[in-house]
Amino acid sequence: MKTYTYTDKKDTRSGFGAGLAELGRTNPNVVALCADLIGSLKMNEFIDENPERFFQIGIAEANMMGIAAGLTIGGKIPFTGTFANFSTGRVYDQIRQSIAYSGKNVKICASHAGLTLGEDGATHQILEDIGLMKMLPGMVVINPCDYNQTKAATIAIADYDGPVYLRFGRPSVPIFTPADQKFEIGKAIKFTEGSDVTIVATGHLVWEALEASKALHEAGISAEVINIHTIKPLDEEAILASIEKTGCIVTAEEHNHLGGLGESVARVLAQHRPTPQEFVATNDTFGESGTPAQLMDKYGLNSDAIQKAVKTVLKRK
Amino acid sequence: MPNIKELEDLTTQVRRDILRMVHKVNSGHPGGSLGCAEFFVSLYKEIMDRNDHFDMDGKGEDLFFLSNGHISPVYYSVLARSGYFSVDELNTFRLLDSRLQGHPTTHEGLPGIRIASGSLGQGMSVAIGAAQAKKLNNDNHLVYSLHGDGELQEGQNWEAIMYASAKKVDNLISTIDLNGQQIDGSTDDVLPMGSIKGKFEAFGWTVVDIEEGNNIEAVLKGMAEAKSLAGKGKPICVLLKTVMGNGIDFMMHTHAWHGKAPNDEQLAIGLAQNAETLGDY
Repeated sequence: MKTYTYTDKKDTRSGFGAGLAELGRTNPNVVALCADLIGSLKMNEFIDENPERFFQIGIAEANMMGIAAGLTIGGKIPFTGTFANFSTGRVYDQIRQSIAYSGKNVKICASHAGLTLGEDGATHQILEDIGLMKMLPGMVVINPCDYNQTKAATIAIADYDGPVYLRFGRPSVPIFTPADQKFEIGKAIKFTEGSDVTIVATGHLVWEALEASKALHEAGISAEVINIHTIKPLDEEAILASIEKTGCIVTAEEHNHLGGLGESVARVLAQHRPTPQEFVATNDTFGESGTPAQLMDKYGLNSDAIQKAVKTVLKRK
Repeated sequence: MPNIKELEDLTTQVRRDILRMVHKVNSGHPGGSLGCAEFFVSLYKEIMDRNDHFDMDGKGEDLFFLSNGHISPVYYSVLARSGYFSVDELNTFRLLDSRLQGHPTTHEGLPGIRIASGSLGQGMSVAIGAAQAKKLNNDNHLVYSLHGDGELQEGQNWEAIMYASAKKVDNLISTIDLNGQQIDGSTDDVLPMGSIKGKFEAFGWTVVDIEEGNNIEAVLKGMAEAKSLAGKGKPICVLLKTVMGNGIDFMMHTHAWHGKAPNDEQLAIGLAQNAETLGDY
């Protein structure tokens, strides 16, 4: 079995910052906007190098989304930066009308998504954003898994013409994907080959899925781990090809089970090949204060939870 | 010098278009549309420097954004009569498969429209973004926008108003249609806003008053003054005093015709008050 290790850990938001900085050097049309969270979003490098292409909006996210929409008229490619909560729920109608329905080439870049925001608690820990954004017609939804993938995704979305929601996080997590990867929107990545169960994971749960697959291997269970970084459009072929082989699936995400990756996968299975599925996700709940590790443990979003879900789904085959 | 008679004739024809469009589908918003007919005609025929060919980026020309999208009938009529699309297409207003949706949208590819609007309070932010893109592109053209007075009750406007002056967006001319009416009644009854002029000035804008917003000459004069104030470090607000339902006597000075279409008899009366000038679509 192929195993993955890491030598370094970094936050995925720094991957965004590095990708944005590179875009600043290579694409003169890229502009950035922020609603008073430059440091949190790691946008400093882009701003230092391209001060004329940066717009500090202040604490006014609705205005930021509208200004971003307007900047596309004139050929700019705006990247907005704030927390995931303020990038989605707070400005849903602005995104819906001025960006999605208007077909504007805005990249909504959202940090501190999910429980791993940690101690600030539920007011800031959005677990509904993937659902909100994937429901918008034409919106691409991407949730990369580590620093390198987030950097590659940030660079890739500048070349895609249309609205994109890019979701990443706050804590340092293992870097296990290559630095020189080419990011393909909508293309799943198979990390391990397996025959007993398919584990489809996104974001911070991808590393946890790999950890789970190691433990499962030792217990004699062969798990195929697939990274779905693009929740919409979903790589249905990759999922269906895998379950054709394994016959059962576990989906894993740092998001509510309502509206997340798991539901998107369930729709595909129901339409094409009904298959037992277990969901590693939050159970229609808000988060709370705590360290990221404590929260991921309490809400069942780690390797242990994935292993448990695998054992459950195997019994349903 | 603009030919005032020609502009007035066009305004009369636009009023007929508005009435006929909303009457045909028994829906739409005639009141605010009629109140802004002179403004739209002045803007598109005299004030703005426009390219003949429409493209979304609008480089090298002035841009206009309608924030209060429900007054789409006047927008569509003036766009059609300015050559963006055939006037015959006004026949399709609000019908299935039409590019002339109830509220304006880019989604169906109608030339002249650069943003969807209808959910209120979003247009000024968009206009600011477009104005800042012009500055980045070293494009000296201006960005215009129109907003309802009741629409100012939406909080996003005040984020935008604060931002535009702080960031010296001085290539932006935002007009407020001061008709004093909204769906549930007069703005003073629904939610009194105090001095709108005082608020814009306190937020650092230059304010131009147009007391007679339904008089072409007054609108041209006021908008020319607004243009002359661009590029001086402050965004410009035009307070355009209009009469809702202007030009159709029974529709004037009331909120009753905000979102209601005339019946056959009312249409006939309205059209009789506005004789055909340039030919109905």
